[in-house]
Amino acid sequence: MEKKLLLGDEAIALGALHAGLSGVYAYPGTPSTEITEFIQGNALAKERGVHSRWSTNEKTAMEAALGMSFMGKRAMVCMKHVGLNVCADPFVNSGMTGVNGGVVVLVADDPSMHSSQDEQDSRFYGKFAMIPTFEPSNQQEAYDMMAQAFDYSEQQKLPVLMRVTTRMAHSRAVVEVKSEAKQENELNYNAIAANWVLLPANARKRNDVVTAQQAQLEQDAAESPYNQYAEGTDKSLGILASGIGYNYTMECFPDGCPYPILKISQYPLPKKLVRRLLSECEQVLIVEEGQPFIEDMVRGVSDSQNIHGKLDGTLPRTGELNPDIVKKALGMETGQCFDPCADVAPRPPALCQGCGHRDVYAALNEVLKEYDNPRVFGDIGCYTLGFLPPFRAIHSCVDMGASITMAKGAADAGQWPAVAIIGDSTFTHSGMTGLLDAINENANITVIISDNLTTGMTGGQDSAGTNKFEAICHGLGLSDEHLKVVVPLPKNMPEITQIIRDEINYKGTSVIIPRRECMQTLQRHLKQKKAQEGKK
Amino acid sequence: MKTDIILCGVGGQGILSIATIIGEAAMNENLYIKQAEVHGMSQRGGDVQSNLRISSEPIASDLIAKGGADVIISMEPMEALRYLPFLKKEGWIITSATPFVNIPNYPDMEVIKGDLQKLPNVISIDIEQMAKDNGVPRSANVILLGAAQKALGIEYTKLEEAIRRVFGRKGEAIVEANIKALALGREAQK
Repeated sequence: MEKKLLLGDEAIALGALHAGLSGVYAYPGTPSTEITEFIQGNALAKERGVHSRWSTNEKTAMEAALGMSFMGKRAMVCMKHVGLNVCADPFVNSGMTGVNGGVVVLVADDPSMHSSQDEQDSRFYGKFAMIPTFEPSNQQEAYDMMAQAFDYSEQQKLPVLMRVTTRMAHSRAVVEVKSEAKQENELNYNAIAANWVLLPANARKRNDVVTAQQAQLEQDAAESPYNQYAEGTDKSLGILASGIGYNYTMECFPDGCPYPILKISQYPLPKKLVRRLLSECEQVLIVEEGQPFIEDMVRGVSDSQNIHGKLDGTLPRTGELNPDIVKKALGMETGQCFDPCADVAPRPPALCQGCGHRDVYAALNEVLKEYDNPRVFGDIGCYTLGFLPPFRAIHSCVDMGASITMAKGAADAGQWPAVAIIGDSTFTHSGMTGLLDAINENANITVIISDNLTTGMTGGQDSAGTNKFEAICHGLGLSDEHLKVVVPLPKNMPEITQIIRDEINYKGTSVIIPRRECMQTLQRHLKQKKAQEGKK
Repeated sequence: MKTDIILCGVGGQGILSIATIIGEAAMNENLYIKQAEVHGMSQRGGDVQSNLRISSEPIASDLIAKGGADVIISMEPMEALRYLPFLKKEGWIITSATPFVNIPNYPDMEVIKGDLQKLPNVISIDIEQMAKDNGVPRSANVILLGAAQKALGIEYTKLEEAIRRVFGRKGEAIVEANIKALALGREAQK
């Protein structure tokens, strides 16, 4: 055993490597990105040749992991919560096929939406897909659980969903880790085709098997070391706390909790343990990070007055938890504190100085002034900040790739100009199929693929389509005449504005690719270059 | 021993390197540590903060409760004030005196100064200037750490050792620049 100071994400990554991982498949997404990055930089992973290259999107990632599992090896898929929507098809069906080598699907939820579009709680997906779900409450547990999750996945022949939230993913703690890693699984041919070919006749059988398996999964959860019922002397209240909700609860009781407390970190929800808490205590408070997933099940249709949590307003219905919120729910006084300082101004994030997206928006705004009611459909990435002053340039941002398809729908409705703006990595993630739709109908839209040669928002990971965008657009059927590449710099403004104007005026689908490296990665590359020259 | 620290500033100012040094020192002392960081969108020039908790006893929450922080270490004066409700009434603010103005409505600096002066325990240092004047232009954040040493409750030599371990890979020149910056901070705080 040795001690390491690790982010929750890093503890997960190391836990997976020590559990004999053969491949991680992921698309970057806050707060999950650091898991894959850790594996990419890990010496053992390099020595073993553990797969860790970024996938084009979460769906390709999930499917590749299933392929690795099919051949008997252990694979992990990592994503942020909305990424699970992108791979919902293979994820849900992986509950039907089951696994051969262990599969852990690691999903990092982002309550309070620090860097996200919604607050969805992935535990619902686990229940929906009938897949066992783990939810660690601290970094040590996150590390320890990985070995258990892979073993359990192979034992039950099902994938395991591991759910963490932002504060778990992005908080460091001292973690005791093993000094040796388990060997990787050998390639094997044990996967049974009848389980993996989801023809209706096969799938019906699998559905019966997996449905029948649920009772066993719940019993395992009731006996799990991660689900614990701690006795208390004062039974006027019982507390059910899951994941990191448990930490905030314990923070309120530095000298020990007087109430019985049921900690939940493995699902399906063990009803037996919950019933015990309900029968022993007069009132029950449910503390969970995310949506009221457990509370809704416990409350059911009874709407009992003795159950408290997010649905009766004891805890806020939205946003992440913190020690103050939980303290208040327990009826405790918050500590003496200063009032907020009224002179502090908000400081929203902004595009970096010198960023190419800035020049793109400056040019676009300049041209669009000439038209009545132009509409610009945005997408997900740094350039979503184009909504804010000084640009106020986009009218929508819904999900990865929606800029192109929404612009097409708007054009179908009769809108002109309809402009889509999408980043390079988002384009390969989910924009290519939409562009094919547009080109096939020669929709009257102008697509700007703002190419900064990286996945910028998440910190500069490789972008799957770098150096291939012209070829991709050609391949999808776009003519050379309406595919333009520019360098977004202030000095090129006259050329860029003229090209945007011409392509808007063209009655059909055109693509403009402004291309210049991200300022963050540029600075990093210059530093690396300098360091290398220093060594020479 | 228990110290709850809020580290804050503007995305890109290097608050996480301060956290790394404190974390390294604390781990070497076998203390418990929890350090919640901010990654992602807000790093793009927005306000950023990190909750760092060190203790000789196990720590439950990754986040600090209101009125719970012993010290706020801030790379920017207005950002120090943003987290005021989290500071203990008798807690310390150790802040850079240099404003980072990347918003059109940044308040008058005299107002910010006045707000800081109203508080009982504030150390405000022009770390950027001090770093330049002393030939350690890239170690302004470590000057701030030196000034915060007493409030942190970590021995000075332990922070020095941590700097040697954290920056060791980057060569002796960088180690020495940071050791010097730490000493400058200690002097400035006196």
